[in-house]
Amino acid sequence: MSKIIHFFIGLSLIALFGCENLGPEEPMEFELLDGPLDGLSLSEQQLFLAGDIAFNDDVFTVEKGLGPLFVGTSCASCHSGDGKGHPFNQLIRFGNNDLNLPSMLSFGDGRNQIQNKAIPGFEPETVPEGFPFSILVAPAVTGLGLLDAVPDANILALADPSDANQDGISGRPHYNIPPEFTKIRNNSVPQGNNYIFRFGKKAGSYDLLHQSVSAYNQDIGITSLYDPIDPFSGLEEDLEISTQTLNDVVFYLKTLKAPIPRNQTDPDVIAGKELFESVQCAVCHTPTLTTGFSPIESLSFKEFHPYSDLLLHDGRASSIEEAIELHGGEADNSKAQYLSLTPKEKSQLIKFINSL
Amino acid sequence: MCMVRKIYAALALMNIYVLTLSSQTSDRDSIKESMNMDAVYDRPFLTFDKFPVNLGGYLEANSIYSIEDGLSEGLSFQARRLTLFVSASISKRIKFLTELEFENGTEEIAIEFASMDIALHPLLNLRGGIVLNPIGSFNQNHDGPKWEFVERPDVSTNLLPATFSNAGFGIYGKAYKEAWTLGYEAYLTNGFDTSIIDKEGERTFLASVKENSSRFEENFSGNALLNGKLAIKHRKLGELGISYMGGAYNRKEVDGLQVDTQSGRVDVLALDLNTAIKKTGTRFIGEMAYIWVDVPDTFTQQFGDRQVGFFVDIVQPVLKTEVLDWENAVLNLSLRTDYVDYNIGRFAQTNTNVGDDLFAITPAISFRPAPQTVLRINYRYQWQQDILNNPASRTATWYFGFSTYF
Repeated sequence: MSKIIHFFIGLSLIALFGCENLGPEEPMEFELLDGPLDGLSLSEQQLFLAGDIAFNDDVFTVEKGLGPLFVGTSCASCHSGDGKGHPFNQLIRFGNNDLNLPSMLSFGDGRNQIQNKAIPGFEPETVPEGFPFSILVAPAVTGLGLLDAVPDANILALADPSDANQDGISGRPHYNIPPEFTKIRNNSVPQGNNYIFRFGKKAGSYDLLHQSVSAYNQDIGITSLYDPIDPFSGLEEDLEISTQTLNDVVFYLKTLKAPIPRNQTDPDVIAGKELFESVQCAVCHTPTLTTGFSPIESLSFKEFHPYSDLLLHDGRASSIEEAIELHGGEADNSKAQYLSLTPKEKSQLIKFINSL
Repeated sequence: MCMVRKIYAALALMNIYVLTLSSQTSDRDSIKESMNMDAVYDRPFLTFDKFPVNLGGYLEANSIYSIEDGLSEGLSFQARRLTLFVSASISKRIKFLTELEFENGTEEIAIEFASMDIALHPLLNLRGGIVLNPIGSFNQNHDGPKWEFVERPDVSTNLLPATFSNAGFGIYGKAYKEAWTLGYEAYLTNGFDTSIIDKEGERTFLASVKENSSRFEENFSGNALLNGKLAIKHRKLGELGISYMGGAYNRKEVDGLQVDTQSGRVDVLALDLNTAIKKTGTRFIGEMAYIWVDVPDTFTQQFGDRQVGFFVDIVQPVLKTEVLDWENAVLNLSLRTDYVDYNIGRFAQTNTNVGDDLFAITPAISFRPAPQTVLRINYRYQWQQDILNNPASRTATWYFGFSTYF
């Protein structure tokens, strides 16, 4: 009798005090994309958490306003784990390269992205017949706050619209008129009413609020205070997401850490990094940027390594090799240099890119 | 209407079949050879002299401590269920039973079962009211004190909607031949609704229908859910069951206006097994379910059109002895394996496998001071992969709790 009692009590004690050691360990930090920037204050961590829940756990159903036409049912369905999307949730945008047709093609409300899924009983949109289109996947959403905090002057310092240095790369920021609900950055360098846009495919959004409002509206069919027009009906509708939730998501996107590079001591990665410079990838894909002042201290005056051109990475390619081969225009020279590399060098270059 | 006629014709054929069988059967009471289908009555009840009503119920509570990928939310205590049964023999051949359940305090209060049974013959009994759909075995045989594990099987809760009950009517019965028993059940009940593919979990989820409280009042699709089960039991070999339920989950018309272009169907096939090795006392309990759901091609692939899952419990009594005043105390070692694939298939764009699956093993130690009461320590280790097949999220969970009839 007493054996059973002792056995059960002993086991309970082991369960109580030993459980910490029998659980799975936390993955290495470089394996995760969804962590916050280092050094957030307690209040900032709470805001981050609220945004994390809205971004990753809020799934829109018919009752909550999904669609009726849409691309994904939540932020995380396209940006799974805050990373890149997957072709099953692809975005399809159409355009026009026929000079005999109107230069800017779009649906009546200015959209040129189709909503290729529909709730039951509705038919999704299709690309207007005969027009060229691109299939894109959603980009990763990490490190965007750092990009947001780069002063215009630092971006303009990279621009070379007349190719003064004769490297074949002109580089020009995308200027456009921000929507009224955006808050213009203090350090902006405008051209009249036009400001530098820096987020979304082809830098189509001014800031993360602009990008988030558009994504909710065009990707999920969710109306907000800042874009109350339903893309299906073209009519103003009740708000389907609160402004507080939008702000939480924007804060989350601002404070997601940048990916941590891996295998930085691997000789192939080191060699690949040198090749990245030598074949002139780095002329467009800027290795290092520095932020200016930000009210979020973790974003203020930080150096980071985005390897971003603020323009490309449109997600059409299914592999890095394919992405390189899809380069054209001013990148033709770099592409040719890449194609002339030996198989080992190509492998080293791709290893370096994968390490990012 | 054509569909309804077919269903009634099927039920009529089943009646003829079982009545034919009846000529070969003895006149024993159908409850004598207890099968899974008898689970709702196969419970301890308090009876009172000359009082026609019996009372019963069970309570289960536990502590839970989880670590997911190295992070824990800490220790919690859960009062999972308080369930009350009331049964009554209204008159000869007419009986009534109801089961009221309070989950997580008063978070979910449900009438899980409330039926009147009329016994015409061991092979033909009528049942109507709120019935537990006979799909698999767990849905009808779900009382906590009967199980060595704190968690319910994943296939029974995350694929099949345990405990799934509906307003409806049907028949059931049993036939005997020497050591063999054949049982059947067939019901027409209210069915599913479109929430099964419109859910915040971002996956096809039949259990979401349980949140529709009006399902006891109105059938969303307007078409009956057909649910049937055939089970065979050998006194020494155990019991094997095959069950099916199927019907529409959407409605094509509202007030005479077409609102959808296609009929959406749900079809579920389940197998269940319950056996034991007499010599060692080892028990094996398992259930497998395969689900087909018509998901519109224009909807997101996040919602799978096929799902599959199973669980297997192995329960080994290791000690039977007297402990304190408990004369027949039993100590069991058990192991459960759970597997669920929420989305079978391949992505249309890449022809790669769609992830979204779960695998878990749960070693358990349980102590039964008496058959109606179980104290349980469970350790569950789970691997769950997202839809994109990213590295599996790993969760370890400790449970300590009890479940007891009263």
